[in-house]
Amino acid sequence: MKRFLVPLALFAVLVAFLAIGLTRDPHEVPSPLVGKPAPAFTLPLLHDPAKSFSTADMKGRVWLLNVWASWCVSCREEHPLLVEFAKTGTVPIIGLDYKDGSEDGKKWLARLGNPYSLAVVDADGRVGIDYGVYGVPETYVIDKAGIIRMKQTGPITPEALEKQILPLLAELAK
Amino acid sequence: MKLKTLLLLFTLLFGSVALAKEVAPLAADEAVEKRMVAISEELRCLVCQNESLAGSRADLAQDLRREIRQMIRDGKTDQEILDFMVARYGDFVRYRPPVKPTTWLLWGGPFVLLGGGVVALLLFLRRQRPAATPLSAEERQRAAALLKSSETSDTSNS
Repeated sequence: MKRFLVPLALFAVLVAFLAIGLTRDPHEVPSPLVGKPAPAFTLPLLHDPAKSFSTADMKGRVWLLNVWASWCVSCREEHPLLVEFAKTGTVPIIGLDYKDGSEDGKKWLARLGNPYSLAVVDADGRVGIDYGVYGVPETYVIDKAGIIRMKQTGPITPEALEKQILPLLAELAK
Repeated sequence: MKLKTLLLLFTLLFGSVALAKEVAPLAADEAVEKRMVAISEELRCLVCQNESLAGSRADLAQDLRREIRQMIRDGKTDQEILDFMVARYGDFVRYRPPVKPTTWLLWGGPFVLLGGGVVALLLFLRRQRPAATPLSAEERQRAAALLKSSETSDTSNS
């Protein structure tokens, strides 16, 4: 009996490692940008390309940057939640239309509802690279000082909104 | 039968030619392209994580390769380009992440396992060694005779 103890213990350790591994999403890479200033950008507005939006405009406000695209399937999944959340008017949501045609983007918002205070177009994906975007949708919570406080990779789930984003926003609003 | 083999040979040959044509055209500057490939082979594509940035055909990988080309043309060093990527995507983009407390297990783990294996093997071998059985009277006599003969030959040699 005793001779099985060591292999059994090793097996238990292996199982523990694998079990923890299974609960993790390998696509969720911790962003090095959390806690750092949000990269500055100035981009044309989706609905009025003559005007532009700059991150500097949001100084002193807590806001969400939501990266989306009309070609993105998961964005469609996330969209109803965003529209609902936008109705509460908690914080402004800036939509970054990532590597998308303006016309497609506009049509998409017209059909599914527009949760954004403003939507801007990142046609060549340069700003996306600065934000370390690797899979749309992605959402960044940015504080009054312009620091990224949280990044949600993939669609915002109701749980993530309730348990992480809303408490963080409440804390940042103080 | 022979015709069939020939046909097969042909399809195989032409198939590879067709594939070769699909490769994206090289950028005008070969030196830039070479450096870009060397750098991007060290980097992970975040969309398809088991592919390097050099090998991936994902959209993001193409954009990042374009970005790296631009940085090379701007005269950035390899280290600056690596830092650019790590600042955006974290150490995870590097296939050889830096050694620091969070990566100790990653770097040291294989050696710890190897050491553990060696220790286990030694313990196992020690346990397997057959216990020495005392010699019988007959064997003792033969051993003594052998020793004696070698002793005499030794002295005759020297």
